[in-house]
Amino acid sequence: MAFFARAIRHSNPYLRSRAPPPAVAASCRWISPTAAAGSPEAGAAVAPADPEMPPPREPVGGARVELPSNPEDALEVFVDGHAVRIPKGFTVLQACEVAGVDIPRFCYHSRLSIAGNCRMCLVEVEKSPKPVASCAMPALPGMKIKTNTPVAKKAREGVMEFLLMNHPLDCPICDQGGECDLQDQSMAFGADRGRFTEMKRSVVDKNLGPLVKTVMTRCIQCTRCVRFATEVAGVQDLGMLGRGSGEEIGTYVEKLMTSELSGNVIDICPVGALTSKPFAFKARNWELKGTETIDVTDAVGSNIRVDSRGPEVMRIIPRLNEDINEEWISDKTRFCYDGLKRQRLNDPMIRGPDGRFKAVTWRDALAVVAEVLQHVKPEEITGVAGKLSDAESMMALKDFVNKMGSDKVLCEGNGPNPPADLRSNYLMNTSIAGLEKADVFLLVGTQPRVEAAMVNARIRKTVRATQAKVAYIGPPTDFNYDHEHLGTGPQTLVEIAEGRHSFCSTLQSAKNPVIIAGAGLFEREDQDALFSTIQTVAKKFNVVRPDWNGLNVLLLHAAQAAALDLGLVANPTESIKSAKFLYLMGADDVSLDKVPDDAFVVYQGHHGDKAVYRANVILPSSAFSEKEGTYENTEGCTQWTIPAVPTVGDARDDWKIIRALSEVAGAQLPYDSLSGVRDRICMVAPNLLQVDERESCTISSEVKPPVKQQVSSTPFKTVVENFYMTDAITRASKIMAQCSATLLKK
Amino acid sequence: MSQTGRGCSRRRLASGDGGVRGAPWAAAASGGATGDGGASRRATATVVRWATAGQCDGRRRRLASGDGGASRAISYAAAGCSSRLFSTALNYHIDSPENNPDMPWEFTEANMKKVNEILSHYPSNYKQSGIIPMLDLAQQQHGGWVPVAAMNAIAKIVGVAPIRVYEVATFYTMFNRTKVGKYHLLVCGTTPCMIRGSREIEEALLEHLGVKRNEVTSDGLFSVGEMECMGCCVNAPMIAVADYSKGSEGYTYNYYEDLTPKRVVEIVEMLRRGETPPRGTQNPERKNCGPAGGNTTLHSEPKPPPCRDLDAC
Repeated sequence: MAFFARAIRHSNPYLRSRAPPPAVAASCRWISPTAAAGSPEAGAAVAPADPEMPPPREPVGGARVELPSNPEDALEVFVDGHAVRIPKGFTVLQACEVAGVDIPRFCYHSRLSIAGNCRMCLVEVEKSPKPVASCAMPALPGMKIKTNTPVAKKAREGVMEFLLMNHPLDCPICDQGGECDLQDQSMAFGADRGRFTEMKRSVVDKNLGPLVKTVMTRCIQCTRCVRFATEVAGVQDLGMLGRGSGEEIGTYVEKLMTSELSGNVIDICPVGALTSKPFAFKARNWELKGTETIDVTDAVGSNIRVDSRGPEVMRIIPRLNEDINEEWISDKTRFCYDGLKRQRLNDPMIRGPDGRFKAVTWRDALAVVAEVLQHVKPEEITGVAGKLSDAESMMALKDFVNKMGSDKVLCEGNGPNPPADLRSNYLMNTSIAGLEKADVFLLVGTQPRVEAAMVNARIRKTVRATQAKVAYIGPPTDFNYDHEHLGTGPQTLVEIAEGRHSFCSTLQSAKNPVIIAGAGLFEREDQDALFSTIQTVAKKFNVVRPDWNGLNVLLLHAAQAAALDLGLVANPTESIKSAKFLYLMGADDVSLDKVPDDAFVVYQGHHGDKAVYRANVILPSSAFSEKEGTYENTEGCTQWTIPAVPTVGDARDDWKIIRALSEVAGAQLPYDSLSGVRDRICMVAPNLLQVDERESCTISSEVKPPVKQQVSSTPFKTVVENFYMTDAITRASKIMAQCSATLLKK
Repeated sequence: MSQTGRGCSRRRLASGDGGVRGAPWAAAASGGATGDGGASRRATATVVRWATAGQCDGRRRRLASGDGGASRAISYAAAGCSSRLFSTALNYHIDSPENNPDMPWEFTEANMKKVNEILSHYPSNYKQSGIIPMLDLAQQQHGGWVPVAAMNAIAKIVGVAPIRVYEVATFYTMFNRTKVGKYHLLVCGTTPCMIRGSREIEEALLEHLGVKRNEVTSDGLFSVGEMECMGCCVNAPMIAVADYSKGSEGYTYNYYEDLTPKRVVEIVEMLRRGETPPRGTQNPERKNCGPAGGNTTLHSEPKPPPCRDLDAC
């Protein structure tokens, strides 16, 4: 409804009563990020504004426009009488946005190509005989754009009347109701009556799979979904079929939308034609409480908004973050939320002699665990953090295990000997946004499409925009962009390092080459040799320079980067084999068959997943949607989750459980508040407290000792077998199970 | 239209006398709105026929009625029905034994040469420009219609996703995506031909062949379709005959103009016998589009237009 409010304000400046913008005498506004903007001298030089003219507005959404350094590449246009300076190549619509005028639109989307087919963005341009579709018209120097004249208003009203001709009047039963562009804009820009009395057309609904519900009769043919599928998702399945009033969006042949980003068409659809199938008829958007948090199902840390009603997460939608996920999220992020309501652990439980779990109080459960702890040798204690753990709980776990006299604390997925000495050895140093500057990609043992869908979307964007070349070493896999499959094993990598491979010439000529190594390599025996080979390649082809660091590791789990920062680096095989007391903090993917039979296993987690079957004691904890936690994503950017809903049952935050246990076990941790834990984190890894910042590593990798290990010839493995089910939450999700059943290629 | 006019038409539509006329709408609404599967698709096909009936019905009523506003409403409603449902084909594909993506399909060797010739017209990075001529070629090769397998084959040749070819094939009404007869008869239904009796022409054709519109006769020889203006208004009414009986080599696309219901049946019979009826006007008194009985004007050689003396400049 914010749009509506803005629109009303624009359509009648006299309605604007509260909070007038600061009076600027200048009618000419220089939009620039520098402090020189709107300087008093500039204002003094220009004549005072016409008293009848409404005062100038701020750019839409607080957008900042960077003018090119060369003044000849900028031009000046007049929007409703106010001069604005814009870079060359801006469209009329963008110029209006800079001038603070929000032009109504349906088909235009800043991240998709321009279609110009909805005609809603018509504005009047002086000396133009007809209203101009502002989204498709480049702004020309001195253009006088009028957005509020009778011509422009009538044009919009007319377009709106045509759009509403065939649009069903089913807002009361439409899931888009309340957040519908058509609804809002027809209120703001439409006429109060229509002249259409005939029958509305109807269109057969399409089956796009278990995620996207279609009501094609509501479609206004803006083709945003077609462009999204073609350009961003890279699956050319959707198209515009037929012509005239029979035109419809479809796939022609029966086909499901098998993209890992398909859920985003729900967001970009301006009407209720494409809506969320799992969310259908569940809630109205105005009943929901939005909590701005981050996603933990992969290592990207996509920014999301968790919409909840009471204690229930109703849906997850993306939040804009240009540096990480832009405005998209993967289907796993968007639809895993029903896993938060299923298979949850409510109460502390102890496995009785009959092998069945019995719910007990926290006091009893902690006492049992502490009792066992007294009877094991310190070196037999092992702590394992799971892939969804936050930094606070990993810090607490590490401190606790250390305090008990053991140094065997690790995070699953980090392998036997993770390269934790230097931060740059396990982070995406180029940063996700920085990938757009690359011109050659070398993917080593990583399948970004399933490991980190948003990173893959960024690579695809780069490939589309600049024809960057992608080469891949690893098992055959799906890519949604052109790529060259160089080989399946490390030999190919060695060939490149020795300059014997044909791909070397491409790397040699690259300006900004990027190497991305998968975190799956951490699990390999020869990972030291592999990473040293990769570093040789990087050195040979100038991948790491003072102005460019193209050597990246793409991590798999949300906890991985923070775990390496905090030093949870014990060898899992040995630690687990020798453990008599195993503390699993949400760790379900450790090799449980290696756990000795007489070991006492404590499982602290939020889902009754794999590890519960082996556990002796269960301590219920809260999921990412219920706690405040610090996560570091694959590019080393620290972000916080914010609790959106209360925890279920008797569950507690992970770090609090460990803190309580430490007291019962007689090894009290020296902090009992979140800020206390964070102070402790600050001593170990200060970067984990600098939220939304990427602290780059300054020490070069050359200080590493030489590696004597030999590269083995075992081919790289596929790390993520099922994109939709990778952790405890997604494995508990029914929607993800449906996706795995229908969308994965057999 | 004014507020009164709107109210009036609404009342009229709601009133009881729309009972007969109401039926096609009901059919249309249910046909389009029902869910999935073949049932609704068949229903949509029914709608096409219903709508035509509704339109005729509306026309007669308007002639009979004295009330201006109301008759306008009827004709609008009827036109609304028909214009929306004239489209002869569905915008989606239904698998059948003779039309499915798994069917092997490729251009014949002779046509492959033509395909290469077509592709040579366009830069190598704009191969998709060849989609339309290639669809046309595929249609000629495949007896007048393009199966989905052919579209896939074309997509492969030009290197685009199949949906890009489907988009083109569904956009252009001259690409048939379901089976047609060896002789595909297209009756022009636009205003001048309609005034000159194209409906009677179509009725005569349908009655003679014993089919409905867009159906193929049991011998597979003929099918009747409808087309919009083909630019022969001066010789209306007319039909176009697409002859797919001789493959893409002997493919012809001829106009037969100045038709009468009797003459059009004669033409069909000549085609059935394998003869080639004289194309163009069927009125023996006319030559091309000249007036019956010879020219009435322009008897002499036309005078060249005045031109300034270029040598003098």
